[in-house]
Formats: sequence, C-alpha cells, structure tokens
Amino acid sequence: MIDSWIFIICAIVAVVCGFNLVLQKHPIASALSLIGVMGSLAVLYLLLGAEFLAMAQMIVYGGAVMVLFVFVIMLLNAGTEKASTKSWFAQILGLPLLLCFVGLLAYLVWGVLPPLRDVDFGSWVGGTAQHIGELLFTTYLLPFEVISVLILIAILGAVVLARREIE
Amino acid sequence: MGHVPLSWYLILSAILFALGVAGFVYRKSVITVFMSIELMLNAVNLTFIAFSYELHRIDGHIFSFFVMVVAAAEAAVGLAIILTIFKNRGTLQIDEVDSLKL
Repeated sequence: MIDSWIFIICAIVAVVCGFNLVLQKHPIASALSLIGVMGSLAVLYLLLGAEFLAMAQMIVYGGAVMVLFVFVIMLLNAGTEKASTKSWFAQILGLPLLLCFVGLLAYLVWGVLPPLRDVDFGSWVGGTAQHIGELLFTTYLLPFEVISVLILIAILGAVVLARREIE
Repeated sequence: MGHVPLSWYLILSAILFALGVAGFVYRKSVITVFMSIELMLNAVNLTFIAFSYELHRIDGHIFSFFVMVVAAAEAAVGLAIILTIFKNRGTLQIDEVDSLKL
C-alpha cells in the first residue's frame, strides 16, 4: 500500500517540477527543476523493478549531465531570457494542440491498449545489474560496442568545438 | 487504496513529454530548449521501463540504457555547440541567431 503513496508523491513532484521548468524565466531555476524531475523518475524506476537504471539515472543524469548544464549556465553567465512576440500564431495554437496530444495518448492508453497489470513493488526484480549485464554482453553485444564508439566520437567532437571557442 | 495501475505511469510519461514539447516550442533561451529535450528523453525512458514491467522482459531496460548513453553524448556535444554560438554571436536567445533569414 505504501508504494501507491510513493508513486503519487513522486508523480506530483515530477509534474510540478516539469511545469516549473517550462514556466521559470531563469535557466538556473529550470536546471534545478529538471534535477527534481530526474530524481523522482529514479524513484519511479525503482518501483517498476529497474534497480540498475534507477542508479544510472541518478549518476548519469542527476549527476554528470546536470553538472554539465549548470556549469555552462554559470560559465556563460546566462541571465533571464527576454520575452519574444515573434511567434504569436504558434503561441495561440500550441496549447490546444498539446492538450489534444495528451488527450489522444490518454485515449490510446485507456481505450485501445489491452488491460495492463498492476504495479506491485517487489513482485518482479528483473532489472538488476546481473540481468542487464548478461543481456548486454550476449544479445546486445554489437549495439553496446557501437555505442561505445559513439561516445568516443562525441568526446572528440566536444573537445574540438570547445577548443575553437577558447582560441 | 490498492496497487497503482500501469496506465498511470504511461499517462505521467505522456504529461512529461507534452511539457517537454511545450518548453521546446515556447522558450527562447537555448539552454532551456536543450533541457526540454532532456525532459522528453526522460519521459520516453519511463514508457520503455513501464512496458518492460508489463511484458516482464528487460529488453526495454537495455533500450532505456542506450537512450541514456545517447543523451549524455548529445549533452556534451550540444553544450559545446552552445558555447560556440555564444562565442560567435554573444547571445543565447534563439530569436537572435537568424543568419539564414534575409
């Protein structure tokens, strides 16, 4: 029963932080809201039995990526953004379209999908590091190697771009 | 109250994705637009893991892991591009980076 309350609390925190991310005018406030979203999503991953991914979410997203964001915001001294009136058409039309999008997804989930099972915390623990590792190094070995090359290319690209910036 | 239905996770994911789209379209700061993309990727990860629970298979976890890795690489390159834009233009407003426009 307690996991229902944990889900509700974390879902509310995630949605409130998401709204805060969109509504705040200063980038640093948006970055802190994004950390809140990622932390509550890590708890939700844990409720769904994804232990390894919950920890990876906290370390990779909440740690490394967000430190990079905050570092760039501080480095560039990014201030409050200026309001723009260039796209008034999109501003009027955008919100109803987004609400239609969410309504369509809700219809797909509740009306079209077959009945889904209830989430019972602890009834399925498939996402441990052992299971992930076994699948990653047998079935998904080639994608794993390819994505390591992708990471290497990304590091080289970041270094090249940032060095040109310093000169 | 009883257990949480899995559909609530999917609805939460849809709401977070829509918020990410709203931030991507409405905001004018490059960094905030970039953070909205990260929010969308997180919402998709939640959907992957929810369906992985439904099917009791961990292939979805592997895909989610790959999305995380690609997001980290994208963050490194994207923030380097933002640094270069700021160096060349002196601004972070996406309205003012419009050299392609006559």
